[in-house]
Amino acid sequence: MSRDNILHRIRTAVGRSAGQPPAEPPPVRLRVPQVEMEARVASMIARVEALAGRACHTSDPRSVASEVLAGKTSVASNTPVLAKYGITSLPCVRTGISDRAELRAVCAVADIGITSADYALADTGTLVMISSPEEARLISLLPPAHLAIVPRERILSGLDELFLLLPRPAEQTSSMVLITGPSRTADIEQILVRGVHGPGQITVVIAD
Amino acid sequence: MSVEFDSKIHSTLADANLQLAIYTATGRLKEKRIETVAADALPDYQELRTQANALKKHTIENLDYYLEEFERNVEAHGGKVVYCKDGTEVADFVLKLARERGAHLIVKSKSMTTEEVDLNERLEHHGLESVETDLGEYILQLAEERPYHIVAPALHKTRYDVAEIFTRRLHVPEETVIEKQTAIARSVLREKFLAADIGISGANFLIADSGAVAVVENEGNARLSTSAPKIHIAIAGIEKMIPRAQDLATFLKLLGRSATGQALTVYTSFLSGPRRSNEIDGPDEFYVVLLDNGRTKLLADRNKRQSLYCIRCGACLNTCPVYRKIGGHSFPWVYSGPIGAIITPQFMGVSHEPALPFASSLCGACGEVCPVKIEIPKILLELRSDVKKSEAREKQNRLEKLAFRGFAWLMTHPRLYEWAGRLASAAAPYSDGGWIRSLPATMNFGPVKAWISQRDLPPPPAHSFREMWRRR
Repeated sequence: MSRDNILHRIRTAVGRSAGQPPAEPPPVRLRVPQVEMEARVASMIARVEALAGRACHTSDPRSVASEVLAGKTSVASNTPVLAKYGITSLPCVRTGISDRAELRAVCAVADIGITSADYALADTGTLVMISSPEEARLISLLPPAHLAIVPRERILSGLDELFLLLPRPAEQTSSMVLITGPSRTADIEQILVRGVHGPGQITVVIAD
Repeated sequence: MSVEFDSKIHSTLADANLQLAIYTATGRLKEKRIETVAADALPDYQELRTQANALKKHTIENLDYYLEEFERNVEAHGGKVVYCKDGTEVADFVLKLARERGAHLIVKSKSMTTEEVDLNERLEHHGLESVETDLGEYILQLAEERPYHIVAPALHKTRYDVAEIFTRRLHVPEETVIEKQTAIARSVLREKFLAADIGISGANFLIADSGAVAVVENEGNARLSTSAPKIHIAIAGIEKMIPRAQDLATFLKLLGRSATGQALTVYTSFLSGPRRSNEIDGPDEFYVVLLDNGRTKLLADRNKRQSLYCIRCGACLNTCPVYRKIGGHSFPWVYSGPIGAIITPQFMGVSHEPALPFASSLCGACGEVCPVKIEIPKILLELRSDVKKSEAREKQNRLEKLAFRGFAWLMTHPRLYEWAGRLASAAAPYSDGGWIRSLPATMNFGPVKAWISQRDLPPPPAHSFREMWRRR
């Protein structure tokens, strides 16, 4: 069997025996800077915009969302965050889908996918999406545009703070995805084209 | 140097458009990297490199432990780990699973590891449709070529090449606008994503304490390949292991910046097992194929095992003066550039392409930009020594030895030497401007031909010194 053969070859090569505990690994290196909330919000907006996304900070996410959604079809995730801000009661918003096939069919034709984000990373303009009954994978992936409503207290300074809070993301989800700007490619002549497979437009609304 | 290596280098050098394409693309990637690792952008860049190197060194030296920990954690989340010794075993596993599940269509996201074992060809040979979904890889699959660069696989193709390939293979009207070409690929591949039975991805990192794979990308095709089909298979070399999810904070900061000058790529997926019972979407089955394919052999070499620290960012290609002239397809295997020059001989044996470790100016740029601090120039030197040792054992060298023994015999027999000298002046070919630049066809063959092609000879004198001395 290849498994035992490969493990045996490795042990022979590095001079270890089966069941031997490993040497002490280098200590984890996480450096979390002190960043005020105002600065986090400003950095988040600046970073998203630098990646050709749209971003704003508002106490009224519903009216911002309603402008973005004007006349378009959309599908929203089941997170209570969207209901709380009244997003799911806007016209033409499908929500509450818990069947995989149905969700897929709806996402495949919707103009906009609406989600929240579990966290955002201020220093890179990143959304952190953790798959759950409240947040499906395909809503932020199949439609050509993605609208995310993020409560401002969810904004972390960066990757180090994320992994300090979530040392083992696999304990709670099968999928954690970091989204940094719209889908893009530069595979032909290094020319940047957005929206190759994922959404080409991304709008981040930071809610007070 | 093999004839093939030699001729590919010469044809690349002679193609002015290709030279421009390679130079511009690598130049741009190189500049973007420099901007994002500069002291004002990433003050702790050097510390991160040191940490990444220490983590890789530790993991590789305790690899069996971390593989077993990884395996336990994948299984705890309902996934399965499959160890494969080579490409045949990988293909057999995928084929068997496809047969059992009645699967026909596979969508693939970019993976150098699957290129290494020619997975698509093997699967298609058995009647499966396996579609590359990264735009660059898709273009190359249609063109039936291998990647030109680790992170920018189609950098040698112009929009006009793409127009021709799409028209020929997809039967669409000729389209030379890049945005529209991308839209064509998007719509063809969207159908494939939604119809696919199996999604295959690579893995940039295997995370032992989580039983997870991390995949970085910009297009969203890896997310689609791993989220839309009911089965996800991740295929990775055993050396991709890191101990903890928290170590990603170190590696992710280095990978995007070194590869394309991005602080983070657009998507970083951290995937552990099939969808949990309450999750709405995601695959029902999750497999991780751990590939050896020569890696354990390499591991045994204490000095050179650091070659396995590579995170495939491609920074060494972009900065290498040799890669930037001879391009990716001149290299004898799927891995090109400095990293290709050190891993190819170790995977395939030094005699696969003995000239490869010598195709370097040893300028050291590759080692300087490597985010995990692999000492590439030092390994190149060791490989040169390995090549020489192996050549010494080979037949070619026995011939050379024989020739030198003959020469020594001639030199120690004065009469014979004199006679040979006279023969040489009589038979000397036409000299051009006082130098012999070519030989008559009867003498111009094999090693003599190769030797004279790089050298000019002074013509032998009409009278030797001995003759003049006697006539004095």
